Amino acid sequence: MQGLEVRGLSKKFGGLTVSENIDFDLKPGDRKALIGPNGAGKSTFSNLVTGILPPSSGTIRFDGVDIGKLNEAQRVKRGIAKTFQITTLFRDLTVRENLRLPILERQGRGFAMFRRADGNGETEAEVAALIDAFALEPLADKRVADLAYGQQRLVELALTLALKPRVLILDEPAAGVPSSETHLIVQAIEALPPDLAVLIIEHDMDLVFRVAAQIVVLVQGRILTEGTPQEIAANAQVRDLYLGGHGHD
Amino acid sequence: MMNRIAPFALLALAVALYFALPYNLAFLTRILIMAVLVLSLDLVLGFAGIATLGQAAFYGAGAYAAGLFAIHAWADPIAGLVVAGVAGAVLAFISGLIVLRAHGLTLIMLTIAVAAICHEIANKARDVTGGADGLRGIRMEPVLGLFEFDFVGQTGFWYALAVLAAVFTFLTLLTRAPFGLSLRGIHESPERMAAIGTSVYWRRVAAYTLGGAIAGVAGALSAQVTQLVSLESFSFTLSAEALIMLILGGTGRLYGAVLGTLVFMFVHHWAAANDPFNWLFVIGALVLAVVFFLPRGLVAVPTALKRLGGQNAGS
Repeated sequence: MQGLEVRGLSKKFGGLTVSENIDFDLKPGDRKALIGPNGAGKSTFSNLVTGILPPSSGTIRFDGVDIGKLNEAQRVKRGIAKTFQITTLFRDLTVRENLRLPILERQGRGFAMFRRADGNGETEAEVAALIDAFALEPLADKRVADLAYGQQRLVELALTLALKPRVLILDEPAAGVPSSETHLIVQAIEALPPDLAVLIIEHDMDLVFRVAAQIVVLVQGRILTEGTPQEIAANAQVRDLYLGGHGHD
Repeated sequence: MMNRIAPFALLALAVALYFALPYNLAFLTRILIMAVLVLSLDLVLGFAGIATLGQAAFYGAGAYAAGLFAIHAWADPIAGLVVAGVAGAVLAFISGLIVLRAHGLTLIMLTIAVAAICHEIANKARDVTGGADGLRGIRMEPVLGLFEFDFVGQTGFWYALAVLAAVFTFLTLLTRAPFGLSLRGIHESPERMAAIGTSVYWRRVAAYTLGGAIAGVAGALSAQVTQLVSLESFSFTLSAEALIMLILGGTGRLYGAVLGTLVFMFVHHWAAANDPFNWLFVIGALVLAVVFFLPRGLVAVPTALKRLGGQNAGS
């Protein structure tokens, strides 16, 4: 199968089971959201898929190849990338430098010692294209630490896309972003390449219902149900357990 | 702007000091050698963010390697520098494979342990190293076959200055390269660097190895210029002083390392000459003042003055 194929994935911390027997598929072009109450195991699932955490049992295959033994960096090189729930950028570097770093790494130039980091035309063209795509030109030479939080989230997304991933996991992309800036995140997600497989982990239901074609509901580490936004909104169990009885209009 | 001007200003200052203090060339040369060591620490700590209090391990390894090489093989200074650089790099690589698996306080303790082990090995291997009496009998050939090491220390000064300039230039190129950018990235966020596909561990090992090579070169300079290697080359005090010099000048700027060394050594020299028993109070007060008022080190003085000027103009 093309894309991500997760079977029987479980994770235990001592006696505590945080992910239990999860089956999950993500194909090229998918727009899936993973929702669930706090402590449902959403971020743990993301960390298992990206290799930050080793699973207790189960398999993770990407394009039919078992990637369960690969570390985080090796999975990134295969094309699985994620944004962080809490912005994790290089705060003392400029926006341009933040974007240059992942491109250099992807191009295999990260270890070069005797040429300028900004001296490669191919790299700089990619940096410029990303800055243009995310309308970051006025901010390009500012330190990331000096940007508004919403702008930092955009840089975070641009930085992850610089890796040219085939699977993109967005871990709460709108977390901490003021409502006045959320539209920037939505626009950026809507403009993602159509063949990119996207998994959004998000609490903001408005955002989820706008951008996801399929929603997976996770409760206490197990998948409760999966369906279209309309099906999820109409699901009585979900309304009771997660939406507090208020469906999405 | 400062990044471009500072190296030339420091070079001009070194030349000026040579003419201003012609009878203190040994002291000035010691400053230059220490600056090379502190630059190596700046690469490791200031750029790669590896907290260490054991940089003297590689300095000592380089010093003994250069001394033994001169005594038993070839007394050419440049060849000695190469051998010392390799010795420092090999020790840093091997120890780095182990210590860089740790973080925080554990890492610091392990780096101290490596230097302490080296100190003890040098102490016990008396037949080879001279033990507590130090390694003596080092006689160097002229630099490039032309410049004899003289009693006054003129050749030693210019030789050390040339090596410092070469190391500074090398590190400037390195830190502007993708490798240097990745080290800054690791310093800021190792998690993010892993998430963009970087093997953070191996990149840190590489930086630590390069830092070890440069510290080894500093050790070789000391051995060649003073024609003596003592156990103090591995001492904790040397590592700690190098760290203080770096913090004093400012990390991650290269010229901060040189500036910090210069200020520390001069204050140390002046304070010890005036009060041989209480000079540490002066050093302590200086470090406290810099940490409190200039947390980014002396390199931040122009920015602080500009800000102060702006506040005065505004009030």
